[in-house]
Amino acid sequence: MKAITTFFRQPWLFAFAAAIAVWIATAAFTQGQGAGEVLSVAFTFATFFVIVAIGQMFVVTLGPGNVDLSIPATMTLAGTVSMKIMDGLNWMILPGYLIAVAVGVVVGVLNVGLIRVLRIPPIIATLSSSFIIQSAAIWYNRGLRVKPPTMLADFTTAKIAGMPILALLVILIAAVMHVVLNRTIYGRTVIAIGQNARAARLAGLEVNRVRFLTYVMCAVFAASCGYVLAGFSGGAALNMGQEYLLASVAVVVIGGTSVAGGFSNIPGLWGAALFLFLLVTMLNTFGLGAGVRLLLTGLIIIAVITLAGGSRSSER
Amino acid sequence: MSRPMLARLLRSALPALSLAILLGAIFYLQPRTMSYFGLNLLLNLAVPIALATLAQMCVLTVNDLDLSIGSYVSLTACITATWLNDTPILGVAALLACILAYGAVGALVHLRNLPSIVVTLGLSFVWLGLAILILPTPGGKAPGWIRELMTLKPAYVPFPVIACVVIALVVHVVLMRSPYGAVLRGAGGNPRAVARAGWSLLRVKVTMYMAAGTFGALAGIALVGLTTSADANIALRYTLLSIAGAILGGSEFVGGRVSPIGAVIGAVTLTLAASFLSFLRLNPDFQIGAQGAILILVLALRAVIGRTEADR
Repeated sequence: MKAITTFFRQPWLFAFAAAIAVWIATAAFTQGQGAGEVLSVAFTFATFFVIVAIGQMFVVTLGPGNVDLSIPATMTLAGTVSMKIMDGLNWMILPGYLIAVAVGVVVGVLNVGLIRVLRIPPIIATLSSSFIIQSAAIWYNRGLRVKPPTMLADFTTAKIAGMPILALLVILIAAVMHVVLNRTIYGRTVIAIGQNARAARLAGLEVNRVRFLTYVMCAVFAASCGYVLAGFSGGAALNMGQEYLLASVAVVVIGGTSVAGGFSNIPGLWGAALFLFLLVTMLNTFGLGAGVRLLLTGLIIIAVITLAGGSRSSER
Repeated sequence: MSRPMLARLLRSALPALSLAILLGAIFYLQPRTMSYFGLNLLLNLAVPIALATLAQMCVLTVNDLDLSIGSYVSLTACITATWLNDTPILGVAALLACILAYGAVGALVHLRNLPSIVVTLGLSFVWLGLAILILPTPGGKAPGWIRELMTLKPAYVPFPVIACVVIALVVHVVLMRSPYGAVLRGAGGNPRAVARAGWSLLRVKVTMYMAAGTFGALAGIALVGLTTSADANIALRYTLLSIAGAILGGSEFVGGRVSPIGAVIGAVTLTLAASFLSFLRLNPDFQIGAQGAILILVLALRAVIGRTEADR
């Protein structure tokens, strides 16, 4: 009995419930036609949301004011640089990925440098650096659209029994990050800093090193997402990261992570990412105009946050 | 004068100082801007940006962040170019309803203890959706009286300069010099103490959000007065501009530490930065990046001064 009540108090349950509700509403509208395909497509796109959201979640967990706004620019830069260097050659896939990771590391170090050395608040620091990164991407790209290597494109679009392979891989990564968050010294330190940075420092935890690692990791996740997304969509585009700024933050919060920091969970990211995509699909299926669609998306997001976020704050 | 006092003076003078340096550089690069007409052109767009920045500053005062201000300004611009022009009563009612909606969001954020970042992110969709519903394709027409106001040519001093000074002074007096203004800022600095002293935090939050809604609406109206028509995406970049402008002007993210005069100066600085970069004949690819670099430079200076201030 106790196990059941603790199960129902899991913060991530809400995101999955919302995702399923939206999916059923879509299926009911089409009378069950294509419901399976919708789910398959939802897993494909939710995968990209989840990759960036894992990194964003660790950053948000660090405490109030910690958020990475440079994710879209990082994705764009990593996507353009790796695609141009790979130049469509299959044997360059791995070196290309390592270059994308290197881009992420450089961005992460830049962000931490601004935050630590110049003591700029993270929001403004990552915002300013995103301007510079975006500029670098525009300058490097020169309006070219280099096709990804065929094997990379095949890999990112491959499916087993309707389930994208990439999604399975990211579910595995999410599981690993779940263990990292809850069972390693690093993960516990991230949570401790979010709950009380001063106490964490006085307890002798390596606050600065963990912050550094977290921002770098977030940028590497963003860069990885840019790499696979460019592979998936047939090349990098300068606006490819645009919707991921909002998505990364929304997925983290709808998934049950506290924006105040110190409380987070990985499973909710998947629920929230599926919910966000299925919501858009549902509104599209209903055949609504762009204005109504945006309006309803906004209202539903606010409603979900009000329901999910409010209950948690009353518990504390 | 002791070192910490000097540091504090420097800190509050920094926004004005960066503006003066930037203006000097522009005058040096392009001496023809040093005229009534030149300044008018340079600073025209500063007025709506300054108003949007003040809106952001109001929300920052109560420790929140507004990520919807850009799409809100777009919406009010669309309302101004359509309803306010065709049927003024409907237009005024719609703008008032927008301001009330902002107040309601403030109440929601406070009562349910929600993160403002996420609520306003969702809200930005709502504003954008409404803007598209009102004005699906770019167009509309600015009401004549707004057009006349925004293109006023007073003697000696260009209109944008007068407008910015007046706006900054009015908000400064209300927020920094009035008794209730101190309560409003106190609610950002130490909410518990303000609540214990018998003030309603709910009322404070609703007041500041409605003030933000009002400035946002004024920004939309002023913008349409300059551009003469509107579209649903007209002011989306104002979200980031307003945050950057407010921080540049000396506001902090937490603690109710804000500066209305600084916010207006910050907004003008950002407007001029764009012109400065084009006068430099910089490769357009690097313009966004250079804006980021200017932002980092000013904040770095502030960090250096702040370190001296903390030494006391």
